[in-house]
Amino acid sequence: MTIKIGIPRATFYYEYFPMAQTFFNELGLQVITSAKTSREILNAGIQKAHADTCVPVKAFYGHVESIKNKVDFLFIPRITCLNGQTVYCPKFLGLPDMMRHAIDDVPEIIDTCIDVRTTRFAVWKAFYSIGRRFTNDKFKILKAYIKSLYALKKYKNLLMQGLFPEEAIKKLNNPNYNIQKKQDSTLHFAVLGYPYTVYDEFTTVDLLSRLKKLGVQITTIEQVPYSWIKRQHKKLPKRMFWTYSDAVVKSAFHFFEHKSVDGIIHITTFACGPDSMVIDYLKFESQNHPDMPFMSITIDEHSGEAGIHTRLEAFVDMVKRKKMLKMNTSEVYS
Amino acid sequence: MKKVSFPHMGHAGIAFKSLLEDLGNEVIMPPVPTKKTLDLGVKYAPEFACLPYKIVLGTYLELIEMGAEVLLAFDSYGPCRFGHYSHLQFLTLKNLGHDVEVICFGYPKREPIEFIRKLKKVSKHKSTIKCLYEFYKAFKKGWEKLKALDYMEKLSHKIRPRELKRGTTTKVYKQAQQWLDEAKTYSQIAEAKEAGIKAFNDISIDPEREVLKVGLTGEIYVLLEPASNLEIEETLGHMGVEVERSMFLTGWTQDNLGSGTQDHASAIEAAKPYLPYKIGGHGRETIGHVVNYAKRKFDGVIQIAPFTCTPEIVARTILNKVSKEHDIPVLTFFFDEQTAKAGITTRLEAFIDLLRRKRLEKNQVAAAI
Ligand code: SF4
Ligand code: SF4
Repeated sequence: MTIKIGIPRATFYYEYFPMAQTFFNELGLQVITSAKTSREILNAGIQKAHADTCVPVKAFYGHVESIKNKVDFLFIPRITCLNGQTVYCPKFLGLPDMMRHAIDDVPEIIDTCIDVRTTRFAVWKAFYSIGRRFTNDKFKILKAYIKSLYALKKYKNLLMQGLFPEEAIKKLNNPNYNIQKKQDSTLHFAVLGYPYTVYDEFTTVDLLSRLKKLGVQITTIEQVPYSWIKRQHKKLPKRMFWTYSDAVVKSAFHFFEHKSVDGIIHITTFACGPDSMVIDYLKFESQNHPDMPFMSITIDEHSGEAGIHTRLEAFVDMVKRKKMLKMNTSEVYS
Repeated sequence: MKKVSFPHMGHAGIAFKSLLEDLGNEVIMPPVPTKKTLDLGVKYAPEFACLPYKIVLGTYLELIEMGAEVLLAFDSYGPCRFGHYSHLQFLTLKNLGHDVEVICFGYPKREPIEFIRKLKKVSKHKSTIKCLYEFYKAFKKGWEKLKALDYMEKLSHKIRPRELKRGTTTKVYKQAQQWLDEAKTYSQIAEAKEAGIKAFNDISIDPEREVLKVGLTGEIYVLLEPASNLEIEETLGHMGVEVERSMFLTGWTQDNLGSGTQDHASAIEAAKPYLPYKIGGHGRETIGHVVNYAKRKFDGVIQIAPFTCTPEIVARTILNKVSKEHDIPVLTFFFDEQTAKAGITTRLEAFIDLLRRKRLEKNQVAAAI
């Protein structure tokens, strides 16, 4: 029987799943993911997690609950630092421990720590130590690792082209998969937030597809090249030390400065620690750029369609009117 | 010199004041945070900022009203939010139109040059050597005071649950703080400490009283600032509970700026089976302290932290299991601006009742054997 590795469809899934999948498959293991977040999954998480936990981590509990009996191992690496500069939120760092001690009968958790500040080739060493659990064939591990890096690169490219993670993963796993054609859009928004929040259709009550339906083209942090972000470094008194927050804040700063989108929507979750700081940095920056429409949406476990969709529609209308007005006035003057 | 001030954090201000005055500053003592302080902070802070952020921001605004021109803060390096506090607070103050200088000190070991540059701003000495020398002298004296202050506080934890007349300990403790505040030289500090110890020893106590022992652990600010934890130590003391707190500023300073304390190392070690890595804040320490309190046969542990405090939420999640495996009851309070003292007291009473019953049962079992 092949060994089954469980990967919850939450947190790092959106950024690294193809890499992990390729690696384990190459070693001859089967990868099992949880289903998309649903009411049941979230409710299971709410039951297990401490009440004050943020929604994404509550959902994570639910995802683990839903696959724990189907797998031999759970893959929840302790990704601490990948770029030598920024780390992850404390809840991320304690994720494997929370799962191990708060959920009953969890299978063995692979919680290898990856911190590039501690040693050279930290990522390779981490993957090597994971591989050694399953095989003694060093060459096989190396091959799997190289392939997984390649998969990650392909995946990031697809994201950069504007695919959303689920689509990109489908495309990777099945080259014949037809990507939906881009529809015509009148508006272009930057929708900024942590990938595990932004792309979770359930907790965001389908925010992205809703926007698409309203004729909005969407840019997320995955389509913001690092070179743009780097140029924004100076604008913060101190670097945000959380990887995702750093990307969100600086992408927002970029769009505020270059006005290459019609509006910016920031998505955050109730009781998120890092975001409590992020929100104000963005608020202050938006005060410096009153002409750029900006909205912050807070997701919680009871987010209802009605509330969020009304706000979205109102925002879209406002931006549309603004754009029309601008076009009209510029016609008058030209 | 400009008028300098800093956030209120328990009795630490007395030591800060001594240090800053010795460097030649005019110091404005921060007021004890009140409802008004918190309201001010809440008004201008992000909704989900943690409680300490709000209290400190409120304090800054009050201090500006009182005429402070330079505000001091302390920096850290993540992954907890604390490292962004002062930067965001400074932006907020600036946006409100206040023209103050915020000087944010990092760890001297980590950024020595920056540290000296900032130090010069609050020192009347402009040559580096002189400035450092004066700082060393002032620090040493402030440190002496801080040690004495922490000692007084520990005494108050011991004596309060046994006092015959309710409230005496608190009064003596305040008096001792004042004596230490007034002490200017080393010999005066020593004298004030002696007098404080004597005053504590003079409190009439009931040595026979059955006193419970409870560990208090959690996030640093709510641990060290009684106004932020609604005077939980005093309340517990009056309920006949001896509190041992896991954190004092002297200990923190040694752990973060010096070579570290034994207590800290043993907490880290004890936390290993549950949380082997640093996650920011004091999440890992909290777990370790609970294990250690259990090993030392405490009756229970209370964890306190601000609402939305990320490291402590992680710790709380894991503590369920620690509590079961080490058979020690743990109660957690997450404080926010709506937390009311009455609610806390009720929950404390219930918890203490449970601890008393548990102890009684244990004694009976022991007697039966
Ligand atoms: S960054 Fe925010 S949403 Fe993400 S895990 Fe941390 S607290 Fe939760
Ligand atoms: S330890 Fe908790 S309360 Fe303190 S800054 Fe960090 S998140 Fe806020």
